[in-house]
Amino acid sequence: MSRIEERFTKLRGEGRGALIPYIMAGYPTLESSRRIIEALAKWGDIIEIGIPYSDPLADGATIQKASVVALSHGIKTPQVLEMIEDLRRVTDTPFVIMTYYNAIYKYGLDAFAKAVAGVGVDGVIIPDLPPEEAHPWRSAAEANSIDTIFLLAPTSTEDRIRKVASACRGFIYCVSLTGVTGAREALSITLPQFISRVRVLTDKPLAIGFGISSPEHAREVAKIADGVIIGSALIGLIDEAKDEREQIAKVTGFVRDILAALGK
Amino acid sequence: MLLPDRTGHFGEFGGKFVPETLMTALAELEEAYNKYKEDEDFQRELDYYLKEYAGRPTPLYFAERLTQRFGGAKIYLKREDLCHTGAHKINNTIGQVLLARRMGKTRIIAETGAGQHGVATATAAAMFGIPCQVYMGEEDVRRQSLNVFRMKLLGAEVIPVSSGSKTLKDAINEAIRDWVTNVETTHYVIGSVVGPHPYPMMVRDFQTVIGRETKEQILEKEGCLPDYIVACVGGGSNSIGIFYPFLETRVKLIGVEAAGLGLKTRRHGASLCEGTKGILHGSLSYVLQDQYGQIRPAHSISAGLDYPGVGPEHSYLKEKGLATYNAITDEEALEAFQLLSETEGILPALEPAHAIAYLKQLAPNLSEDEIIVVNLSGRGDKDVQVVAQALGIEV
Repeated sequence: MSRIEERFTKLRGEGRGALIPYIMAGYPTLESSRRIIEALAKWGDIIEIGIPYSDPLADGATIQKASVVALSHGIKTPQVLEMIEDLRRVTDTPFVIMTYYNAIYKYGLDAFAKAVAGVGVDGVIIPDLPPEEAHPWRSAAEANSIDTIFLLAPTSTEDRIRKVASACRGFIYCVSLTGVTGAREALSITLPQFISRVRVLTDKPLAIGFGISSPEHAREVAKIADGVIIGSALIGLIDEAKDEREQIAKVTGFVRDILAALGK
Repeated sequence: MLLPDRTGHFGEFGGKFVPETLMTALAELEEAYNKYKEDEDFQRELDYYLKEYAGRPTPLYFAERLTQRFGGAKIYLKREDLCHTGAHKINNTIGQVLLARRMGKTRIIAETGAGQHGVATATAAAMFGIPCQVYMGEEDVRRQSLNVFRMKLLGAEVIPVSSGSKTLKDAINEAIRDWVTNVETTHYVIGSVVGPHPYPMMVRDFQTVIGRETKEQILEKEGCLPDYIVACVGGGSNSIGIFYPFLETRVKLIGVEAAGLGLKTRRHGASLCEGTKGILHGSLSYVLQDQYGQIRPAHSISAGLDYPGVGPEHSYLKEKGLATYNAITDEEALEAFQLLSETEGILPALEPAHAIAYLKQLAPNLSEDEIIVVNLSGRGDKDVQVVAQALGIEV
């Protein structure tokens, strides 16, 4: 069982949902993102770390902008891996990487799996890699004990739910709505129906992301799923803060509210 | 073997690298396309609009003075510039909008660089009375204000894209994001043989009308096939359209990319000549990128060739040696633009001006009984301002 799976098993025992905060490495700066992640690792059950990419086509305006800023600081794969290596010395919270397939393909699938495993990453999410194209990546990841986390969407058919579920290790990333990442006012009304369609076909842990923006959302999500992923809303808080201390205070304050909503 | 294969691959190229949300829509599109491809009623409707509305067949014109100028092979021009809206783009947009209608989609979106594909999509959408929104990089909106106005006149809404490099590649990203959000009601009309399967196959099929006509026309005029076919390559739709029917013949196929300020300057759009394998906009092909897979911006004086990727089938043709690819600089293209204007009275678009420019290297070294066909994929009216500026002339 991977560390991510262990984490979900333990939380199921405790009867609460997993909190998975997302932070873009290099935003607002590499140093700040490292310290924000370090602070979040005390509260989050799994931390999702974004490697900035030039063409993030599954992301809305907030994460797009964060990518542009991070890239303008020259932050690419090697700098992110170094940062994770540093963080691994101070926390044992599982890390998953989120980036686009070309960043991994160009690095070399085996080289990438080996490099991320070497710095203590537990899983990788690739939003533009469906299981149909993922055989080479899955063997590279498996050889290095990296969990392969694929996504499901409200538009996924029963056939696809089976295919994606069987390719997933760690957890299944359920996209809450038909759209891109970004904070939203309300949850999609069809979300419970979508999640129950998935539930009947797999017993793997389900984490819901895209648009989750408040403790109220998290409370709703915890009723039907095993975890919540929160990204753009955290970046929004980072943007509101005037300095790094305030960024950390706002972000950790927010995730504590979310944790309370998840039943801790 | 017929390509792409069932999973949408041309050898190792192509495929579907998109968010899960789109996978079902791509499967539905593929199913609908495969159905209507064989449907006589659909084909009759398509042929009707291509003939009566777009102005097909386009002439295959013997360019006598250009031939004399180079003093070698006979040069023919496939006059796609005479299509309605001024370029080959309309062949594809009519096909896709007809398909979208049969699929029950009520909204059309498209991306555009210079505005040619945007205009062609807005045109087809207007004719069929379907609402249309076109994504266009902010930088291109500024450079191509006339085409922006043309699209508005045609009833389309132009949405400026301010993310990334604010050009074609970012307009495609934004159109994909829109499609992810509105996939149930919306059809995304991609303008070239790029994107996830089935787009590279479908757009190719709609554009092969160029090659099929060329084959018939040259047989009628010369009684034999040409020795060479030359076409410019950005995403690669006009070139694949004229190449495809000649793939299993002895005709040599030459694609011409944009060398921009020079291949060694990194300011070019030559993905096949200078790029490496990677994934962009949903398919595996040759792309311009750095060592960590970040896409590098392209450059060309011609907005239609200003793209850091290329259709996956071209990557396959290059790899298999079934076509060869060269590149022409901004300066050479400008010179060819003027040459064709002066010798034949035809203002070419800056995109096919790259193909015309390549003739200087090819035609004089061939004998008089050899034949070259150049795909003149669009007319140059849209480029007059850019050309004037490049030549330092005020208009």
